[in-house]
Amino acid sequence: MNVSEMIEWISVFLILIGAILAVISATGIIRFPDVYTRSHAATKSSTLAVLLTLSGVFIYFWAVESYFSVRFILGILFVFLTSPVSGHLITRAAYRSKVKMTESTVEDQLSDAIHEKEQIEGKGE
Amino acid sequence: MPAQFLVNIFIAFLWVLFQDEDQFYITTFVTGFLVGIGILYVLHRFFGERFYLTRVVSIIKLISLFISELCQSSIQVLKLILSPKIEVTPGIIRYEINVRGEWEVPLLALLLILTPGSVVVEVTPEGDAFYIHAIDVTESREKLIKSLGKYERAIMEVTR
Repeated sequence: MNVSEMIEWISVFLILIGAILAVISATGIIRFPDVYTRSHAATKSSTLAVLLTLSGVFIYFWAVESYFSVRFILGILFVFLTSPVSGHLITRAAYRSKVKMTESTVEDQLSDAIHEKEQIEGKGE
Repeated sequence: MPAQFLVNIFIAFLWVLFQDEDQFYITTFVTGFLVGIGILYVLHRFFGERFYLTRVVSIIKLISLFISELCQSSIQVLKLILSPKIEVTPGIIRYEINVRGEWEVPLLALLLILTPGSVVVEVTPEGDAFYIHAIDVTESREKLIKSLGKYERAIMEVTR
């Protein structure tokens, strides 16, 4: 077994792990009780899944085809930038449109802030 | 900071010219750059600033901290998903942040969303506090605040 074959196996392993993580996080989106906990599954583990898959592909092309692709690195960078932003925006929009949290929720310090503001705005009208 | 980098490049070019080789070799340039780093490290107190490579080191530290936290958080979420019955006690907590400005606050929010059990739901209009949705408030509150402090320190090292 020479070096390039070993690197090929490493990249195969990374892509496999990434695919498994993607499947698990997809089941998580179905299994969690409300939209806020679902966003945990959607932002974290799927980001790691995409990171692992893309770095596996990157390593493969670099080692076997000796082709250093900047596009994969850019892809990783943009997934890192966009997935937290979308997670934040989805939860924010859900909270503003009063989507209920699950019953096991124990603490909510945000409701005071938002409801006070709404009351002040209501008086102003 | 950029002045130091420019001086370093300048020293590297001088090194290449002093070697008087028949053509431009990248290896000579790199050697000159390394020599320049040494010279700048000795002289950096006369610039009245921090040595510019400390910033690079702190960026690398931030990235490695971030990747390790991302792996931990994914493992935690995966454990939750794969447990036969999902028992979570989520909640939204307020956290006063110490970082300020257009770069530091979004960076902290971005890192925070990818750390164990936390999603930033709302940033106050003044930009001085986060409302964080934590997946297990009762268990992980101290841990969350501790890792927040770690992030803030790492970010301030890079930007200030």
